[in-house]
Amino acid sequence: MEVRVWRGGAAGSYQSFEVPRRDSQTVLDVVTYIQRHLDPTLSYRFACRVGMCGSCAMTVNGAPRWTCRTHVDKVAREGKLEIAPLANLPVVKDLVADMREFFDKWARARGQFTPGTGRAGTFAKVKPDSRERIEADAGIECIGCGVCYAACDVVTWNRDYLGPAALNRAWTLVNDVRDAGQQARLEAVSGDAGCHSCHTLMACTELCPKKLSPTRSIAGLKRATMKHALANLDDVE
Amino acid sequence: MSARREVILWTAQRVTAVVLAVCVVVHLVTIIYAVRGGLSAAEILGRTRGNYAWAAFYSVFVFAAAIHGAIGLRAIAAEWLGFRGALAELAMTVAGVALTITGLRAVAAVVGA
Repeated sequence: MEVRVWRGGAAGSYQSFEVPRRDSQTVLDVVTYIQRHLDPTLSYRFACRVGMCGSCAMTVNGAPRWTCRTHVDKVAREGKLEIAPLANLPVVKDLVADMREFFDKWARARGQFTPGTGRAGTFAKVKPDSRERIEADAGIECIGCGVCYAACDVVTWNRDYLGPAALNRAWTLVNDVRDAGQQARLEAVSGDAGCHSCHTLMACTELCPKKLSPTRSIAGLKRATMKHALANLDDVE
Repeated sequence: MSARREVILWTAQRVTAVVLAVCVVVHLVTIIYAVRGGLSAAEILGRTRGNYAWAAFYSVFVFAAAIHGAIGLRAIAAEWLGFRGALAELAMTVAGVALTITGLRAVAAVVGA
């Protein structure tokens, strides 16, 4: 099988390798084969190999994928693969993208839990079938792989845009009834960089390996921020 | 660019979208229903001249389109032309005012004698 792999930094180029085809072979298997048998200088990132850690995402034949759980059968075109680092992020080297801005945006979207009670407080009771709990559950399994961020055209157009994963995280916390930082969070996700810039293109939802719907979460944030803004119309800007 | 301003613009665009959905349907149904002897200026003017109900309807249509379109153009200007901040606000305002003036002129032309 012919595999073209991105080499170098942002100004690099593709290098071709011949890799033997095997049954049930994943894209990560292909990359690992190249590094172990053909060129040990190839850089890439992975950890768990079982779809939990979110570190092995790459661009495979034009679309971002979690490579450890992506079978060659499903993505090869005419038996060929083209593998590049994730889009919308700076390239460190070869297949390694710099994830810093991706995770910094989680922090900027107030993706941290803000405790409302101290140690002396009682436990919050959150019913499993409450609306908030169900909404939070729908978005909580994110593994932070960056596939949605690389797939998002709005990120390409607006470098400040927080992106699907950070906004999805914010939405799970908006639905956390224990959290005491809602006002700051709703303001953080409202600006030009926030949920209102989403055009509902749904590339994030289409490609999310965990089958989450960041689009739905962002729509929820639009509603929540609208309610918040309309309820506080007379506040000083 | 304040967060609240962004929310208000987004809400205004959604609300005007709802208004436009109704206006466009009424407009299209009227076109299809009203045409009897072929589409002619005389037939249209016969319906709209001096009719203040149509004047009110099309004025609402104009305002909704101007608000909705201007906010949309602002987003396009930001993403495709890199207009942000004051420049984007100015471009949006100019587009909105221009759409309103040209739209209301057209309404006046078909309703006035």
